[in-house]
Amino acid sequence: MSYTRPLDFKNGRIEMSYGSGGRAMAQLITELFAKVFDNSYLAQGNDGALLPCVNGRLVMSTDSHVVSPLFFAGGDIGCLSVHGTINDVAMMGAQPLYLSAAFILEEGFPLADLHRIVVSMAQAAREAGVPIVTGDTKVVEQGKGDGVFITTTGVGVVRDGITLSGNLAQPGDKVLLSGAIGDHGMAVLSQREGLSFDAPIVSDTAALHGLVATMLDSGVCLRVLRDPTRGGLATTLNEIAKQSGVGMLLQEAAIPVHQTVEAACEFLGLDPLYVANEGKLVAICAAEDAARLLKVMRAHPQAVDAAIIGEVLEDAHGFVQMVTRMGGRRIVDWLAGEQLPRIC
Amino acid sequence: MKYVDEFRDGELAKVIAANIAREADPKRVYRLMEFCGGHTHAISRYGLADLLPASVRLIHGPGCPVCVLPIGRVDQAIRLATEQGVILCTYADTMRVPASDNFTLMRARAGGADVRMIYSTQDALKIARDNPQRQVVFFAIGFETTTPPTAVAVKQAAAENLRNFSILCNHVLTPAAMHAILAVEGGVSLDGFIGPAHVSTVIGSRPYEVFADNYAKPVVIAGFEPLDVMQAILMLIRQINEGRAAVENEFTRAVTREGNRKAQVWVDEVFELREVFEWRGLGSVLHSALKLREKFSAFDAELKFSAEYIAVSDHKACECAAILRGRKHPQECKIFGTVCTPENPVGSCMVSSEGACAAHYSYGRFRGATL
Repeated sequence: MSYTRPLDFKNGRIEMSYGSGGRAMAQLITELFAKVFDNSYLAQGNDGALLPCVNGRLVMSTDSHVVSPLFFAGGDIGCLSVHGTINDVAMMGAQPLYLSAAFILEEGFPLADLHRIVVSMAQAAREAGVPIVTGDTKVVEQGKGDGVFITTTGVGVVRDGITLSGNLAQPGDKVLLSGAIGDHGMAVLSQREGLSFDAPIVSDTAALHGLVATMLDSGVCLRVLRDPTRGGLATTLNEIAKQSGVGMLLQEAAIPVHQTVEAACEFLGLDPLYVANEGKLVAICAAEDAARLLKVMRAHPQAVDAAIIGEVLEDAHGFVQMVTRMGGRRIVDWLAGEQLPRIC
Repeated sequence: MKYVDEFRDGELAKVIAANIAREADPKRVYRLMEFCGGHTHAISRYGLADLLPASVRLIHGPGCPVCVLPIGRVDQAIRLATEQGVILCTYADTMRVPASDNFTLMRARAGGADVRMIYSTQDALKIARDNPQRQVVFFAIGFETTTPPTAVAVKQAAAENLRNFSILCNHVLTPAAMHAILAVEGGVSLDGFIGPAHVSTVIGSRPYEVFADNYAKPVVIAGFEPLDVMQAILMLIRQINEGRAAVENEFTRAVTREGNRKAQVWVDEVFELREVFEWRGLGSVLHSALKLREKFSAFDAELKFSAEYIAVSDHKACECAAILRGRKHPQECKIFGTVCTPENPVGSCMVSSEGACAAHYSYGRFRGATL
């Protein structure tokens, strides 16, 4: 066989030919994706992955990742794209089984960065025990992308007897949160170009299916699980309230927020309730099970700061209200537009 | 968080609330206007109205920088970005202020205009330095708090001979707006002011003395934290009960009688009074805003691009004018919460969370909600 010069992962850049379907693309797949992701399904080398039968109902979820900057304290777009989709599958009460990954690469993107991202994805997938079994790569001309966009799709299986859904919250239920909010959003924002602001905040990006499995195994009556990503805790709770046709009453003092995040939000005029998380979940369960669920969560390393933050109310308006630390009451509304810093 | 947590202590709030409840005369009404949007925001975000007796009524004033910005001024900025092709730098709040034809800077950006959200005037200067071939305009808005940084930027641009930088000046003056509210014939029935926090760090407490002396309205300058607001309300109630009208300072950790002299000197060096300026809600107010002095006219975007100001009237049903003057509550406006929401603001009070309508919609509309 003739010699092919290997890809230059030190100084090379993405060229249009890497997405053309020709030899260059095959080389990128062989030397990068197949090699780093390395599993028997991918090694089949077909247009799709042939997967074994599973026992139970299937869950499927997809998520696109367009984060800027691509690398941030505590993670990067690679591990984020794995964690994000695993979590979406896990929030359905499912055991995540397989992932697919589709890349849109911008011409000129450094191969070294792509390598770093792919290695990060592979590591995240391996740690989670969820292989990336199929994928796709496209290249767009320079200026038509933002370096790299990654879409991942996940498939999981739900065992019998488990049904979680955003429309199952009932008046009287308790609302639990697995830990401090706002870490991911503020980690990314504080490093974003144009912000001369550097706070020691680390993204909480993590795969939560282990925590979810522990919660499900405890046998408590779980009704809703959701990860408060974009739009933060406030948006997630409003979504659930709307879906279930209920209201909620939160206790501000019970909601954990790291001091660094609180300070950064204060500085930028943002509200941590609306800042994204990538490694936290909200759980709604029957009131009588709340104390037990809290105990189970706190015993898990990913939820040591878990807290009961409020309860579900009967309210046809679907208002999510909060008793503030000052003792007053206010609405925690949907995010209007994007969260913009205030002037004063 | 040091210097913040101390002023958000729920237990202390209960103590002040108890004092207010004890000292407020239940047979009368205390109509107190918090001038600043910062206070409006704090009151709504912390639910402070729940801690006050029924006799204390808070009236949200016009001190929200984006709320008082008239449509024509936003149009002017949009035209600079779309027709003149400048890089328009703006504070984030201004991005969603409704302009003519339901347009905003946000929508102008989506349509291809180069509108950039910045945190500091220094960011705008950097953009100008980095793009010498482009014209960069800073949309300078706000009360006395944001004026000194603009003055510094203009002085720096002059010193560096940064010819591609200019500002669209919309800086306005707090005391002038308070005069405008109080001078209305028939008057607004107000018993006192919670005076500005950040503005007062710059101008000091002295400029408010005229309101105590000439209009017999007590003024208590207060910080933007919830305990500041509670304490200021207690201080106002005491003045009113004693029949006094004085300027008192609750925000002593940051405000002096003289204010920030250095900032005042810089502002005076760069700006002079405009003859007249149109405010959203308050209409045309004499000597209520600033423009660049002739010495700095090369940095005046209005002159540089012959950007004319064309007044545009507000939506007919919008009650922002009455709300900004404290004459109406947001929920008395017909389009509140229906046509006008934070997602699609019609009036400016719905744009920023400091605006009276947005604050009530986002934080307080569960009160009195009916199906």
